[in-house]
Amino acid sequence: MTGATPLSPDDPRLAELAAQWRSAYIHIPFCASVCPYCDFAVVAGQDELTDRYVTALISEIEMHPDWETLDAVFLGGGTPSRLSPALLQKVIDALRNKFGLSSDAEVSMEVNPEDWDAAYAEDIAAGGITRASFGAQSFDDDILERLGRNHRAHHITSAVEAARQQGLSVSLDLMFGEPSESIESWARSVGSALDLGVAHLSMYALTVEKGTELSRLVLDGAEAPDEDDQADKYELAFEAVQAAGLVRYEVSNAASPGHVCRYNMSVWAQGDYVSFGLGAHGHIGGVRRRNVRRLDRYLTEVEADRRPTAGEDRIKEWAAELERLMLGLRRAAGVHMGVGGRTFVEASESAPFFEREIIEIQDGRLVVLQPLLTDSVIREILGLVDAGQIESGDC
Amino acid sequence: MQTRNFCIIAHIDHGKSTLADRLMEWTGAVSEREMRDQLLDSMDIERERGITIKAQSVQLKYTSRSGEEFLLHLIDTPGHVDFSYEVSRSLAACEGAILLVDAVQGVQAQTLANAYLAIDAGLEVIPVINKIDLPAADPERVAEEITSILGGDTADILAVSAKTGDGVEELLEAIVNNFPAPTGDPNAALRGLIFDSHFDTFRGVVCSVRVVDGCLKENQELLFMATNQRHGVAELGVLTPHVKTVSKLENGEVGYLITGVKQLDEIRVGDTVTEFGTDLPEPLPGYQEPKPMVFAGLFPSDGDDYERLREGLEKLYLNDTSLLWEPESSRALGFGFRCGFLGLLHMEIVRERLEREYSLDLVSTAPSVAYRVVLTDETILEIRSPQDLPDPTMRTSLEEPYVRAMIIAPSEYTGTIMELVQKRRGEMDHMQYLGPERVELTYHLPLAEVVFDFFDNLKSRTRGYASLDYEPDGYRVSDLVKVDILLAGQPVDAFSTITHRKKAPDYGKSMVERLRELIPRQMFDVPIQAAIGSRIISRETVKARRKDVLAKCYGGDVSRKRKLLEKQKEGKKRMKMVGFVEVPQDAFVAALRVDDGAK
Repeated sequence: MTGATPLSPDDPRLAELAAQWRSAYIHIPFCASVCPYCDFAVVAGQDELTDRYVTALISEIEMHPDWETLDAVFLGGGTPSRLSPALLQKVIDALRNKFGLSSDAEVSMEVNPEDWDAAYAEDIAAGGITRASFGAQSFDDDILERLGRNHRAHHITSAVEAARQQGLSVSLDLMFGEPSESIESWARSVGSALDLGVAHLSMYALTVEKGTELSRLVLDGAEAPDEDDQADKYELAFEAVQAAGLVRYEVSNAASPGHVCRYNMSVWAQGDYVSFGLGAHGHIGGVRRRNVRRLDRYLTEVEADRRPTAGEDRIKEWAAELERLMLGLRRAAGVHMGVGGRTFVEASESAPFFEREIIEIQDGRLVVLQPLLTDSVIREILGLVDAGQIESGDC
Repeated sequence: MQTRNFCIIAHIDHGKSTLADRLMEWTGAVSEREMRDQLLDSMDIERERGITIKAQSVQLKYTSRSGEEFLLHLIDTPGHVDFSYEVSRSLAACEGAILLVDAVQGVQAQTLANAYLAIDAGLEVIPVINKIDLPAADPERVAEEITSILGGDTADILAVSAKTGDGVEELLEAIVNNFPAPTGDPNAALRGLIFDSHFDTFRGVVCSVRVVDGCLKENQELLFMATNQRHGVAELGVLTPHVKTVSKLENGEVGYLITGVKQLDEIRVGDTVTEFGTDLPEPLPGYQEPKPMVFAGLFPSDGDDYERLREGLEKLYLNDTSLLWEPESSRALGFGFRCGFLGLLHMEIVRERLEREYSLDLVSTAPSVAYRVVLTDETILEIRSPQDLPDPTMRTSLEEPYVRAMIIAPSEYTGTIMELVQKRRGEMDHMQYLGPERVELTYHLPLAEVVFDFFDNLKSRTRGYASLDYEPDGYRVSDLVKVDILLAGQPVDAFSTITHRKKAPDYGKSMVERLRELIPRQMFDVPIQAAIGSRIISRETVKARRKDVLAKCYGGDVSRKRKLLEKQKEGKKRMKMVGFVEVPQDAFVAALRVDDGAK
C-alpha cells in the first residue's frame, strides 16, 4: 500500500498511521436468511427492496456534508453480495463522486461464498472492489448447517479461486466454538483456510448475543458455547496462523503484510469514518452517530430528504481517552500510554495484570500480551474513572 | 352467674377460628353485621397463614336449655408447633378444652400434642369432629382415631360443622355440662395468673389475666410476685370481643389488666399478681419462659438498610419477647443480627413481617441451634453461632439439643418416613396405629436435623399427608465438628456450620460444589475448600478465567461495547471481596438457600 515494503500488521507505526485514514462504511442489510447468532441490522426475504434501498443510500451519501478523500470503503452487512454488481457499482460511484477515493484506496466487501461465481467476481472487480471478505465460518459442512449457513465448504474454495483470479485481496471469516464442533474439526477449518493461501483471516468465537435466535435456544436449554473450548480453539488457531506467516494484529484478526483491513484499523485507532445505510454508525470529530435500525423508517426518512439519524453521542475528554484505550488495546501493537494508560499503570489495580504477564509496557505503549483477557484489562481501566462524560442524545 | 373457662385446641386448619366465630355468633357476642370471618386472628399474617400466634380471650354469655345463665371465657390458642408454649399458657387459664379434629384429615400431630398438653394440665377434654358438612368427611373413622388416643366411647364424641353451625348448640350444652366450674376462694387473698401480654401503642402493656382466688379491682395496688414490682390497676376489662371495661374481675373470671407498664419485658408471663400490702399467698405454678431454639443471622441485602432492620426488630420485640436478637457482623454479608426464634415457622413469620412491614430485603444464614460446650474447666457454655465455638483444645465435649418428634401419617408411608428419620440421626421411641391405615411414629431427633428442611422433606415424601410436632427432649453429647468453608484460603464466616462428624463430608462437598458454580472465574485459580480445623475434607477449584474478550469490535460496536463494559464494571463494584476473590452478593444468598442438597 504505502511504499515498497509494507509494515508488519502489528507494527505500532501502522497502528498510528491508521488514525489518519479516512473511511466510509456502507451497510447492506439484505440476507437470504438470518443466521441464528446474528444481531446486526438485517432483513431476510425483502430483496424486492434492494433497488429502492440503493437509491436511498445514494441520496443519503449525497445529503452528507462534504468531507475528505476516502482511503478505505467497507461494504458490510447483512450480505452485500445479495446486491447485483451493477447496484454495488452505483454505491461506489456515489462515494467516489461525493468524497473522492485515494489512488490506493481499499474497497472491501463482505461476500457469502454461495453468492459468488467467476462472472460476479469479474464484474465486481471492474466496479472498483479491491478486497473480498468471505463469510466462510467453517470448512465442516455439519457445522455450517448448525450455524444456519447456506453454503458448503466447496463454495468457499471456488469463491476464493474466483476472487484470486480477479486479483482481489482475499480474507476469510471463520467462526469457532459451536458446541458440537470438535477441536479436530476446527483445526481442519483453520488448516483449509491457510491452505487456500488467503492474505487475511478473521476468527471469531461464536457469541450468544441478546435477542438472537441462538440466545432463545440457549435460554430454552440448548448447549451454550464453552469458555475453555473457545480458549483452546483460539490458541490453536492463532498458533497455526502465525506458523503460516500471517501476523495477528488484533484480538480476532491476522494478515500478511500489506493486507490489514484499513477500515477496521482506522476504527481501532479511534479514526474518523462516515457511514451510510440501515443501522450504520459513524464517527467524526468525537461524535458517534447512528442511523435508524428499521428498514421502513430508514427508507421514508431518506426519501423525505432527511438524514436517518437515530442518535448521537458526543465523546468528551476522559470518555474519549477511555475509548481510545478500549479500542487500542485490542491491537497487537497496543496503544500509546497517554494519561489514561499512565493512570492505570500507576494504580495498584494494574499490578496483578503485570504480575501475570497479561500486559506489559513496550516503548511507551501499553500492550496486552494475552488477547483473550483484553476485556479484563479494559474493565479495570474503566473502573478507575467514572466516565459519566458522554452526552447521549436520541433523535 | 356460673363461669366456664375453656379453649379450643386443634391442628392447623382444622377450623378452630371458624368454630370460635360461630360460638360468638350463636351467643350473640357479635351481630351478623359485625361478623368478620375468624375474628380472633387479628394479624394479617395470622389470617393469611390461617394460624393464630397470640392468644386472646373473649367473654360470651350463654343461656342453657335448662334456663341457667353462663359466662363463658373462650381462650384462643395458637395452632402451631413453634408456639406450643403459648398453648400451655392458655391451658393454665382453663378448666376445659375442646379438641377439634377435621372430619377429613383426622387426627394430626398437633391434635395429639395439644391433647396431651391438655390432659397433662388436668383439663376436661371434649373431642369434637369438625367439617362434617364436607363430602369427604369420615366422622366414624376419625372418631375411632380419637378414641384410640384418648380412650372413651365414640358415642361421646360431638360432631359439628363450624361452617354451617350444625351441632354448635349441642357443643355449647356440652361445655356448660361437662366442663367443671372454676374452683377458687372468693374470700382468699388475690391470686391472678398473667397468661399473656401484648403491647398496645396507645395503652402500653395489656395483660391477660385469670383470677384464681379473691377479686381484682379498680384502683387496687398490685404486686407482681415473680418480678417483685408494684403497679396500680389502671384499667380492667373483658373482650366481648369488643373492649368492655369492668370494675372488678372475680375469682374464676378471665379478662385484661392494664397497669402503667410501658415495656413488655417488664411483665413476666406466668407471673402471679396479688394485692400489695396483704399477706403473700403461695404463687401459682406458672410456667417457664420459652427459650429460642433456632438461630439464624438476618442481614439486609442492602447494607444501608441496617438501621431499618434494627428498628423493625425493636418494634417486633415490643409484642414478641421470645424473639432474641443481637448485632452480628459477617465478612460475607456485612452488618446484621443474630436472631433466636422459637422454631422455623416463627423465624419465617418474623422474617416475613420485617420484609413486609419495613420494606426490607433480607438474607438469612442457614438456621442452627444452640449447642452446649463443656469446657476443659468443666464449665458449660451455650453457643448460638458456629463462630463462637471455642477451639478444640479448650473443650471436652459438645452437646446438641434433641427433640421428641411425633409424626402422624398414612401407614403406607412408614417406610419412607423411617428412611428419612434415619438419615437425620433419629431413634425410634415408639410406633402406634391410630386406625387400620394411620400410624403415629415417635422419634428422638437432634433438633438441628429437624430445623433444616425436615418438614418440607417429610411433606414431599408423604405427598403432604404427614403431620409433625415436636417438643424439647434435653441435650445429648454428640460427635460434632465445625466445618469451615474457605475461599482462596480465607474462611467465609456465613458458611461455617456445626454438624455431626458423619455429616461433615456431605455438607462440605455440597457447599464447595455449589460455590464452584456460583463464583465467577477470576484472573487466578480460586480454591474452594471445606475444612474441619486445618484438615481439608473437600476441595474444588474455580479455574482462572481463560477468555474474557468480545470477539468483535468494529465501527458499529464501539458505543455499545463501551456501554456493555461500563455496565459490567458497575456489576464488579457490587462484588464482595473475600481476600482477593470477587464474589457476587447473590452468590452468598444462593449458596445459603435452604434446599435438599445442603445437608
